[in-house]
Amino acid sequence: MKILVCMKQVPQKDAPLKLNETGAWIREDVSYEVNEPDAYALEEALRQREKHKGEVVVITSGPARAQQVLREALAKGADRAIHLEDDKFVGLDAFNTAKAFAAAIKDEQFDLIFTGLQSDDYGYAQTGVILAELLGWPHATIIMQIEKTDSEIRVKRELEAGYFQFVDMPTPAVLTIQSGINKLRYATLIGIKQAKNKPLRKVALAEVQSAIGDNLQKIERLYVPQKTKKTEYIDGSSAEIAKKLVDKLRNELRVL
Amino acid sequence: MPDTILVVVEQREGKLNRVSWETITAGQAIAATTGWSLEAAVVGGSVASIAGEVAGKKLGKVYSIESAKLEPYTPDAFAAALKQFLASKQPKLVLMPHTYQVRDFVPKLATAMGRTVISDCIGFKHEGGKLVFTRQMFQGKFAADVTFTSDAPWFATFQNGAFRGDKAEAGASAASVETVNVDIADGVIRNKPQEVFKEAKQAVDLTQAEIIVAVGRGIKEQKNIEIAKQLADALGGDLAASRPICDSGWLPMDRQIGSSGQTVAPKLYLALGISGAIQHIVGMKGSRAIIAVNKDSEAPIFEIADFAVVGNLFDIVPPLIEEVKKAKG
Repeated sequence: MKILVCMKQVPQKDAPLKLNETGAWIREDVSYEVNEPDAYALEEALRQREKHKGEVVVITSGPARAQQVLREALAKGADRAIHLEDDKFVGLDAFNTAKAFAAAIKDEQFDLIFTGLQSDDYGYAQTGVILAELLGWPHATIIMQIEKTDSEIRVKRELEAGYFQFVDMPTPAVLTIQSGINKLRYATLIGIKQAKNKPLRKVALAEVQSAIGDNLQKIERLYVPQKTKKTEYIDGSSAEIAKKLVDKLRNELRVL
Repeated sequence: MPDTILVVVEQREGKLNRVSWETITAGQAIAATTGWSLEAAVVGGSVASIAGEVAGKKLGKVYSIESAKLEPYTPDAFAAALKQFLASKQPKLVLMPHTYQVRDFVPKLATAMGRTVISDCIGFKHEGGKLVFTRQMFQGKFAADVTFTSDAPWFATFQNGAFRGDKAEAGASAASVETVNVDIADGVIRNKPQEVFKEAKQAVDLTQAEIIVAVGRGIKEQKNIEIAKQLADALGGDLAASRPICDSGWLPMDRQIGSSGQTVAPKLYLALGISGAIQHIVGMKGSRAIIAVNKDSEAPIFEIADFAVVGNLFDIVPPLIEEVKKAKG
């Protein structure tokens, strides 16, 4: 099975974020990490390769710093990596990002393409589905299990409120992967060493420029959300806080 | 002809998904601000009765987009049917609720039409003649105002709870309903979905709990969940968790609150070590009272908390358990 895993580098979950001068993006001098659902997607690809043999390729688009995500993926066991490297990739909308990926992989023959179900920074949940449509492939989203059958795959879709659904579908296909599908592995020291020798192909923006166009939507501004709720902060020592909370529970909320 | 807003409501297995009323409310609000007209559509095998239900609301017309191939739901069939319909009707704006099913097909539909979707919106503004959609980014740390820089039809999905379903205005009389039969060619549908099912038997129904004590990543280790359980017991409430806790197997999936788990609105929701990621918030923001304990003062959970404690939950919870027990005598 030849599997491509699309991965994204996002600001660390607890990184303190500040707006930049334009007010339309954040200051990028923060710590970054792999988008969590993408880590699950990679883990799933590695497990499928362990079961069915094949190749796991990872791809990302972003500035030079995004290479870290690919290095970690190679260290965990991915076979090779593709880096669409340019600062400008950060500003592309999902449509253009998917178009860039499709252009970068046009000479490859993947059986499956995985993405995380959504990113922790934008949270659009679109790139994988757009990519499937651009490639003309079937797709399924929010996947919690993948099994290979004789001629196809059987995937388990997660629905709301604890419901699930199995879907049989042909390959090649795009699947967006839900976190919790598996347990993540750590890179081993040997893996980290081996990663240095694995192929990492860089793709310049110029190479895919003809495939992408203007963004179809625009972030006009980012801002700290306006609070509609009146929040009362309770402080003091732990003992004082406990007493104050119980007072609220009893007298204001009437749950005691 | 004024521009049209089209709300595509959601039905699953012949029943209207009630979150659709929220999208109608949103559509009515946008129509009122822009002066555009409002229509609705439902897509499925045989959905005229659902269209009839929707027609009771204040809107111009309801379309029942039908084909036997639209049951069961597949992204191929839904995208094909709506692409056909939208190409002929040409609405300015298409609105849908941000459900798992909509996420599964609307980016495909928009891409097939060379258009784009602004997903998971929490509101809108009409500024200087421009329609602006507001959504959360960076897990709720920032809000973003987003505009379309492309041609119509524009697609936007609204987050659960962004508008109130009970505020959808009824019409003076029922809107007209038109059945539109769509053609879906052989070979279009590639997925074969099986029956929808619930995983394990539900040991606990958190939607009935009056008091919930929920833990997030801040609980650090599985064994620490014990103190949260003690607090829940002392309060006479139920234990719940955000997704990462259930993913790690520390609590079973039926304790999960959020977009994939339960949506609850108890009298009291006590969030311990929960940062407030969007996927969690959508499952509990309707709670009557929210108390949040988190050592990160910037945690998005504090946006929606009634009472906030910025501190270490391991320092706060033990004395809290004692005080609760004392109060209950």
